[in-house]
Parts: sequence; C-alpha cells; structure tokens
Amino acid sequence: MNPSETAVAAEPAWCPGCGNFSILEIVKRAVAELGVPRNRLVVTSGIGQAAKTPQYLDSNMFNGLHGRALPVATAIKASDPGLWVIAEGGDGDMYGEGGNHFIHAIRRNPDIAHIVHDNMVYGLTKGQASPTSGRGFKTPVQVDGVIMEPLNPIAVALSLGASFVARAFTGDIDRSVEIVKLALTHRGYALVDMLQPCVTFNGLNTFKWFRENTRYLDSSHDPGDRKAAFAAAIDEGKLALGVFYADSGRPSFHEACGAYSSDGRPLRERNRDMKRLASLAAAVGQGSRA
Amino acid sequence: MSRIRGGANSTQIRVAARRIGAFIDRVDILVALDAGAVGHCARRVDGSTLVVGDRSTIGDVPGLVDLPFAAICAELGDRLATNFLAVGALAGILAIEATALESYVRGHFAGKKPELAERSVRAVRRGREEGRRIVAETGMAVDIGRGRGFASDWLTNGSEAVGLGALAGGCDFISSYPMSPGTGVLQFLASHKNEFGLVVDQSEDEIAAANMALGAWYTGARALVTTSGGGFALMSETVSLAGMIETPLVVHIGQRPGPATGLPTRTEQGDLDLVLHAGHGEFPRAIFAPGSAEEAFALTRRAFEVADRFQVPAFILTDQFLLDSNWGSEPFAISAEGPERRIVATDGDYLRYAPAADGISPRGVPGWGEGVVRVDSDEHDEEGLITEDAIVRVRMVDKRLAKAAALAEAALPPTIFATGSWDTIVVCWGSTKGVVLEAAGRSGLAGLAVMHVPQPWPLHPSVGELLGRARRIVVVENNATGQFARLLRAETGYRSESVLKYDGSAFSVEELARGLAASAATSLGERMAS
Repeated sequence: MNPSETAVAAEPAWCPGCGNFSILEIVKRAVAELGVPRNRLVVTSGIGQAAKTPQYLDSNMFNGLHGRALPVATAIKASDPGLWVIAEGGDGDMYGEGGNHFIHAIRRNPDIAHIVHDNMVYGLTKGQASPTSGRGFKTPVQVDGVIMEPLNPIAVALSLGASFVARAFTGDIDRSVEIVKLALTHRGYALVDMLQPCVTFNGLNTFKWFRENTRYLDSSHDPGDRKAAFAAAIDEGKLALGVFYADSGRPSFHEACGAYSSDGRPLRERNRDMKRLASLAAAVGQGSRA
Repeated sequence: MSRIRGGANSTQIRVAARRIGAFIDRVDILVALDAGAVGHCARRVDGSTLVVGDRSTIGDVPGLVDLPFAAICAELGDRLATNFLAVGALAGILAIEATALESYVRGHFAGKKPELAERSVRAVRRGREEGRRIVAETGMAVDIGRGRGFASDWLTNGSEAVGLGALAGGCDFISSYPMSPGTGVLQFLASHKNEFGLVVDQSEDEIAAANMALGAWYTGARALVTTSGGGFALMSETVSLAGMIETPLVVHIGQRPGPATGLPTRTEQGDLDLVLHAGHGEFPRAIFAPGSAEEAFALTRRAFEVADRFQVPAFILTDQFLLDSNWGSEPFAISAEGPERRIVATDGDYLRYAPAADGISPRGVPGWGEGVVRVDSDEHDEEGLITEDAIVRVRMVDKRLAKAAALAEAALPPTIFATGSWDTIVVCWGSTKGVVLEAAGRSGLAGLAVMHVPQPWPLHPSVGELLGRARRIVVVENNATGQFARLLRAETGYRSESVLKYDGSAFSVEELARGLAASAATSLGERMAS
C-alpha cells in the first residue's frame, strides 16, 4: 500500500498547522513501509481531534466512545490475531477518560500499538487542561493555572510493566515513522506517546517549545534496561524521545488467554461443537447421575 | 447478606411428584444445624413442623426430635459429617432407597479422592438409619407420590442455564466484571473456556467489559457480558454505541434490589425500566425475561440470534431468584445445528451501512474479504464516515429505526394458561412464572387465566389482544412501582391492577395466593361501589 492510497476523500477537520497532520502522515508511512494491507489494518479510536485520525485513513475503523479505544482494540486482536490493530487518540481520551483502561491494557499486554497524540491540552472542547498539561498552564477553566501534577505516561507505563514504551515528536517525521514501525511489529502492547503542538489552544507548548525541550535518548541507552528507562522517564531535564524500553519475550494477551493454544483460527471461523455442548449440558443437568 | 465467613442461612428443598416452579412458606420438616436456626425460620415454623436437631446444641425447642449430630460425628470420627448426616436423615424420613442415595453421594464425589466419597457414604447411611428411627418413634408417615416420570429430568440453576444457552448461541467471548448475582454465568463459562476455546476476560470495570464485547462482535465473534443493575448502569453509553454502529451486543442482567448497592444478595424485578431505556438516543433493542432455567437456556440462545440477525443490543433479564434456584425440567433442547454467524465477506467497495429496505445492511467484519469495515459513534454515511449532513442524518435514523418493525415481527408470543373460560388475566414476566401459576390455582378464584411474557420488549401483538379480552387485568411483579404494568399501559392502552413485592425476596405461593384474592376483593368492592 502506498501512502497516497491510505488517504480518503474526506477533508480533515483539523486547524492548519495542527500536529495531527504529521501524525496522520507518520502512521500512513509506517503501515505502507511495513506492507500492511488495508483490509487487515484496524484503527480504533475514541473521541477528540486526535481520535478523528482513522476517518482519514483507508483502513478498517472503529471510532467508538470517549476513552474506550483500548478495550475495543484489545478485543479485536483477541478475536482475530491476524489483524494489525492500532488504538489512537489524544492525551485526554487515553490518559484521562480512559485512564483505567490504559492501566489494565498494559497489564494484559495485548498485541496492539497504542499511539497517543499528546499536545498537553484539550482541543475538541476548546482549550481546557489535559492530564499532561504542565503546572501553572492557564485555560478558560484553570483560570489561575493548572494546580495538578502532570501525568507522566512514560513513567506510568514503565511502572506497570509495559512491554514497549516510546516517545516521539511530530517535528521529526522520519524518526517517528521508525518508532511507530517498531511499535507495530512489537509482540505485545506498545505505547508511543507522540508529542505534537496544538496551534490553536496551547500557546505554551508550541512547536518551538518542543524543539527546545526535547532530546533523543543517548545511543548508549539499552532498551532492555528497565531501570535506565525509568531514570530517563523521570529525568527533569529535556523530554527524552525514542524507545525507552522493549521486551518482546512476553506472551501477549491472545497468546496467554488459552483460546489460541490449540486452534489458531480467528473466532469467526470456528463452529460450535454441538455434540460437546450436548454432553456438557447433560452432565450439568443430571448432576452426579451423569 | 454477603457473608463470606458464614452466618444464619437456610435452604429450602421442596419435594413433590410434579415439577415445581415456586417455593412455599410452610415448612414440614426443619433440620436445624445450629442454635440460631429455629429462630431464623420462626416465621415459617408452627406446631405442625417436625423440628429435627441436636438437643445438646440447640436446647429444648418445642416439638424437637433429637438427632445427636455431635455424638454421631464423634462416633464416626468425622467432625465434618453433619451435612451428610442431615441429608441421610431426610432421605430416611422420605423413605428414599439406600442404594439410590449412596450412588448419588458417590457420584457427587466422582473424580475426587475415594476416601472422601466413602466417608460421606458412611455418614448418609448412618443418617438414614436415624431418619428411619425418627419415623418409627414419632409414628409419622410421609407419603410423597412416586413416579419414574422425572427420572430423566434435569436439575439446573439459572446461571448454568444462561451459560449453556450462551454456548448454544455460539458465545465465544465473555468479558465481565464480577457482580452478584450475575457472576455465576461468568464463572460457569470460565470453567468451560478450554473445552470450547472461549476468550474470557475479567475486565477492569463494566465499561471495559461492554466495550470489549462490542469490539469482539465487530470482529465476528459472539460476545456476552454478564452483570447486575449497578454494573449495567455503567454500560449505558456502550449500549447506545451498539445502537449507533449497528453492532450486535448481548448483555445478561441478573437483577437485585436497588437503588445503588441495595440488597446485593437478594432478588427483585426492578430494572426493567433501566434496561428498556438504557443508552441515550433512539435505537431498537430486544429484552428477554425467562421464567425458568429451561427458558433461560432457550432465551439466551435466542438473544444471540436476535442480536446478530437485527444488529441490535439484546438483553437477558433475570434475577437472583432465578439464577440461584435449582429448577427441574425436561432435558434442554439442543439442536445438532450450531448457530449461524450472520456475517459476510466484503468486496473492495463494501459499504457497512448500505441502504436496505428492512434497515439491516449485510455485516462485514475486518479481515474477511477485500473491503474495509468502518463503524463510527458519530452520525455517519453509508461508508461509516462522520457526517453532519442533515439529509444523511435523517436517512440513517430512519434506517436504524426501520429494524424495529422486523424485530417486532420476530417477537416471542406470550404463554397463556387457562383451564376454562376466564374474565380475569393475571400477567407476569420473568422469574415469577412458576409462583403465579401455582398461586392462581390455589387462590380459589374462578375464571382466571395466567399470561407469562417471555419477551417484554418488543411486545408480541397478541399481548394486547389477550388483554383486550379480559374484564380484569392483574400484573404480578417483584418491584414497588409496577414497571411492566406501566409498559403494558403505554403499549396497549389497558389499565391493570398490580400485586407487588419488594422486600428483597421472591413471592411464596401462599402470599401470592392471598395477594391475588385480596386484589379480587378490592376490585369487586370498587365495582359495587361505582
């Protein structure tokens, strides 16, 4: 699939200059370079400007409820492990409304890529604070500035034992494509926290601010070293970019759940064994007489 | 109460030479295992009750027949023998053959250590001797008609029946959060996951459970969520999403008394309104309410078929009484044919919401065929892409609602029970079927018919026709406001009288017979006064 073929006719509803355009391009390039067929790619999303992304991709799409893209994506992969599944949405969608699912999706380790557009502000609802907004950030609601500690998604994911944790920045499309490709091919849950500017509602964390306040992890960083990853995640200097941690040695949710241990077919291709059901029902109904 | 550590509790066993669908208040034989037991059951014990217990632990209770559990346990060297001694004693009193009893106990321990079975057989044998001794000493005679007619009957609880019905409906995915009394279904399916290749997920919350189920259906699986009213309340938005994206969803709701946490381990039929209206916006749905375990099996299977065929959310509405009671029945009808998955392979220009006269567009799933399957919580066009076009909006609303007509045509008719001519119809839904049938017979009232509605939504047209033939309509419900009576009024225009109970327990036969008689007397009084 060529990147151009993944575009659909609909005109994006994003503001000119929005970081979402770059993420759309990054995702299109990543799936094209991996040769993912359009009919085997499913992108789930919730609600928000970021969650509109699958509207502009030529692939299967489940654009569901605010915050709920992860349980949907987990179930899709568990019902047909042959599909490529991406859950995509913004920082409010994934870390706020869907925070509980973020925690428990990591614990299940479903074989999905989780791409979070992180612009540190709410766009769809017009400029309120998000879970990743910095302290002091003023909005029409947080009139004296944000008084809550910003959520650190990288540290949260690492602390919960996520098997792949990365951060990327839309200002560097080539390297972001590589990171998303690694996430897509990772066995298990893969988080990509994708930093992006919001040109309309975030005058603080601008494109220039991200340029000045991010750095790539040193080439000496070992993605197999969870402690080093954690140290980089909580470093108070510039925000680190790149793959913090990756461990492909752990079984993913569909591999561990048992449903595929003796039958690799997707659930939809299986027929219920009615003889076996009849004998189970008789055993239950007859109790010890069976 | 949710007493994990134990506490005062009782189990009623009703024995008859016919199938039983209700319990009675009267207790003929009370086996009291501890000092609090007699007080616990005081309301249901009178001079005619035979109280069997160990005088050394429960003291001098009037009418007590001594069965020295503690001494016999010591003699058998088995301090855990009490339960099987009691079972044996009852078997002795009821003159159940020793061989049948002992083979039942051995079967109960099949697959476990043989010592366990032998120890329990010793206890029931000894208990049976005690039972025969009691019969001889008291001169009592128990004559419970016998027949082999039931030898092949099944005994299942409601949770097992719902679980088996789900398997018969092709359920291959269950995601749920534990909540009484819905948890039994989750445990039943989890315990058979490896035999049937099921994906089982104990989700982090009810919202995740419902969204996982919807994601599974979208991918061509057949998913079930089981919960109770409080958990279901959290799923409302997902029910609405299922309506919008026209993706099937099956949810089992085991009702318990609310509001809020209510009485977690008791029973009620208080969530009909909730299930009828859950989810914002307008979209069709189906609700099934079984009246026995056998119906729970059949209607759960049907819920899967209806959800799949009409691409709507379908609900199985049971309650704690139905789920936790053991029901006798004929063997369930299990067809050799498995369920049909109503999904299609897509071609390159597949449209998920292609126009269809009955509103039902062929349902493709991702990864099967050349096309892509796009579903959107936003209003969408035929392709499934977001739109704000007013013309498309109206077209899509009409398409979704068109399915309601087809769904109504497939509605299950009510079951009507009448022995002769009738002018009064007693209406029930869900688990009250057995008690209404027995109480109507006992009430002494002439000219009664009983109508049980297994599908409260959409209603079969004959419900209204039958109501139209009655002079009096009495609706029996295990709730405080008469939710079903209100629905019948809204849908058919007929007013009714209500007999209600909402103390957390199901109707007993005696109290419902009294309730029906009182309702008849009030009605007669009102007619004479007017």
